[in-house]
Amino acid sequence: MLINFYPRNKLTKQVIRMELKIVVLAKQVPDTRNVGKDAMKEDGTVNRAALPAIFNPEDLNALEQALRLKEKNPGSTVHILTMGPSRAAEVIRESIFRGADGGYLLSGREFAGSDTLATSYALSCALRKIGKIDIIICGRQAIDGDTAQVGPQVAEKLSIPQITYAEEIVDVKDNTIIVKRRLERGTEVVQGKLPMLVTVNGSAAPCRPRHAKLTMKYKLAKTPSEIAEAGLDYTDLLSKKPYLKINELSVADIDHDPKWLGMSGSPTKVKQIESVVFTAKESKRLQPTDAEIDALMKELIVNHTIG
Amino acid sequence: MNFYKENPALKFQLSHPLMEKIVTLKERNYEDKDKYDYAPENFEDAIDSYDKILEIIGEICGEIIAPNAEGVDHDGPQVINNRVKYAPGTQINHETLAKAGLYGMSLPRQYGGLNFSMVPYVMAAELVSRADAGFANIWGLQDCAETIAEFASDDIKAEFLPRVCAGETCSMDLTEPDAGSDLQAVQLKATFNEEDQTWYLNGVKRFITNGDAHIKLVLARTEEGTTDGRGLSYFVCDNKHNDKIKVRRIENKLGIKGSPTCELVFTNAPAKLIGTRRMGLIKYVMSLMNGARLGVGAQSVGLSASAYEEALAYAKDRRQFGKAIIEFPAVFEMISLIKAKLDASRAILYECTRFVDVYKAYEAIEATRKLTPEEKAEYKDFQKLADAFTPMLKMFASEFANQNAYDCIQVHGGSGFMKDYPCERLYRDARILTIYEGTSQLQTVAAIRHVTTHSYLKQIRKYEAENIDTRFDNIKNALINMTNQYEEVVNRVVELKNQEYTDFIARRLVEMAGHIIMTYLLIIDATRDNQFDNSARVYFNYAQTEFAKHLHFINNFNADDVNLYKA
Repeated sequence: MLINFYPRNKLTKQVIRMELKIVVLAKQVPDTRNVGKDAMKEDGTVNRAALPAIFNPEDLNALEQALRLKEKNPGSTVHILTMGPSRAAEVIRESIFRGADGGYLLSGREFAGSDTLATSYALSCALRKIGKIDIIICGRQAIDGDTAQVGPQVAEKLSIPQITYAEEIVDVKDNTIIVKRRLERGTEVVQGKLPMLVTVNGSAAPCRPRHAKLTMKYKLAKTPSEIAEAGLDYTDLLSKKPYLKINELSVADIDHDPKWLGMSGSPTKVKQIESVVFTAKESKRLQPTDAEIDALMKELIVNHTIG
Repeated sequence: MNFYKENPALKFQLSHPLMEKIVTLKERNYEDKDKYDYAPENFEDAIDSYDKILEIIGEICGEIIAPNAEGVDHDGPQVINNRVKYAPGTQINHETLAKAGLYGMSLPRQYGGLNFSMVPYVMAAELVSRADAGFANIWGLQDCAETIAEFASDDIKAEFLPRVCAGETCSMDLTEPDAGSDLQAVQLKATFNEEDQTWYLNGVKRFITNGDAHIKLVLARTEEGTTDGRGLSYFVCDNKHNDKIKVRRIENKLGIKGSPTCELVFTNAPAKLIGTRRMGLIKYVMSLMNGARLGVGAQSVGLSASAYEEALAYAKDRRQFGKAIIEFPAVFEMISLIKAKLDASRAILYECTRFVDVYKAYEAIEATRKLTPEEKAEYKDFQKLADAFTPMLKMFASEFANQNAYDCIQVHGGSGFMKDYPCERLYRDARILTIYEGTSQLQTVAAIRHVTTHSYLKQIRKYEAENIDTRFDNIKNALINMTNQYEEVVNRVVELKNQEYTDFIARRLVEMAGHIIMTYLLIIDATRDNQFDNSARVYFNYAQTEFAKHLHFINNFNADDVNLYKA
């Protein structure tokens, strides 16, 4: 089923290409897809140390959409914004290896303990600092929290419109973005004026692999914190190859109200975590007759298991 | 899944002591470092880049190419209006690798290449082959560009090499209906038109892998009236996909079904001469074939790796008589032998590749300046070693790949005979490996002179002098004993001066040398890293038995008995 809200005759009009400024919001997450016994700690929180840190999968789908827009619209740029500890710079490097122009790591103690509200606030402050942006693209949700709240909240805080569950950014022209959205059954194509925030669904095209030459060129790219933490002397390297510096934003770089950051900006409190293990309790054997199947269907409808 | 990261046996090869020499020669003391932002600053930087790029390839292989392999095998390519259409999975594989900048890996940077030495390039070929041996042909044909880089004029290089790096595919158009193993019989005609100063090709080529490629390297007869190899020249042909070069049909094959094998008709197809006339077969195709044989070596090792992984996974998973079948001696022996043959063929693959690397680096340097006498001597030494090891590698690795694919099905039992598991595809794909780019029998022909002139023996004595841990003393002593026996039997055969008899037992002699060489390589590798301990010991047990078998045959064989075998 395809609901096309976009009038056909417009598609044939001459396209005015734009140089787009695109920012992708990405997150480094623990890989919760292949969890072992030690994935959770005693207190029910995620044991981040036991799980490898990876690029949040749907953020990679988002990056691919951004890189495609860049290819279609020469002169466009793609930057990554990520919030996290200094090792989260890895997602920026990964993005640069795949074709992004650069990125910003928003980092600092003040952001620790952020829930989705505080995260969205911090990201929106950083986005304002980055300047005029045409399109913000992010993954639908991260695999650690699975809330799908950060993207929409960022749009609200920036007072810009949003299109969620994007499967494909079909085109951008005449200051308008056209997006194919994934619905429960089928897709729809919608459009909206820029600036726009788009959240991308996992059913969108997978991200392209890292590019060999870009990987070799940027493999030593680091944030100032990473350089300091590793005790490296980058003075000569950066004077020769300034592109190896990854931007870092601290709380001092953004206009903000401290009470909305970190713990104090996070109303979410985890009350209790329950570890649910599925076990079979009761079972029933049926004879393969119409009468027995009919009886079971009725029973399930009556006790609201189905229907 | 990442085929590179999860396999420590590969990264190990990057740490070989000869790598520093290879990389420094290849990078001409890192002279590109200020010209190209992706060129290495020094040896460590170069190895780090190899490692990172292999990681990308390993990921593409594990996540994209391997999952596509079954579909590619099933769908296969088609011919539509004299053109080849790849299977959908093949197209995705190709585009992914092209987008990741993984074509032109070994080509110079000035043409857009990565300027990698052969070791990481061959490793990439091994990885791609493990994922899909048939697809490895399409990706691996970038090899053809090596002969353009080595022998063509600057104009031709500038015209074609950047296109290879951008992902245009290549083919080597050598064989014809009446010219298979015997390429001297090639008849496709090249005529020079004085008016437009252009060569035109006319004739038919057959069994051409990826025959609808953009860039074709063609062996053709330029000297009218000649019938042998000295009348053949080497051309590059820009396939415009018009009626000048038509794909008449593609073969329906037993294996590597994703790789289109084409019959081609050339009708006044314009082409450019590479190098010197008449040198086509003697020089350029020989060089091309050496590269291709190394490629089949890598393809064979990749297939063996796949057979090992499949057999191991199944044997751990499958339970019979109350336990996993890997716990039964009859099964674990098979699996450890697959592993030992895999490790042995991988050891000789990278040893051979290092020899090729050194001599090719010198060859490239010689094109820009005169080599010192020491350099020249080293160049010739390594070229000779590469010549000796290439056919031995190709023969052993491809035969082992077939044995391993066979045993892989055997481990699976009845299930392995069904289309439900990848092992049946591996078995079919493996079968071509001992045939194309020169059959095992022709590899023996190329290798036997290195038996009779003692090139292998000299190299074996060098291995004997290398640093080998004392825990392998018993193996080393046995190898010294075997080497003496080998030397004695070779001398005996040479003294007889009976060509037919020598040819008759050639395969056995080459195998005897090969078993000694591979066992040495494994204990030398195990000395550096004990992950190879088991394979070294298991392979030694296998090798000494095979050696004794051949020795017994030769010792008990009268040269006149050859007549018994004449049909």
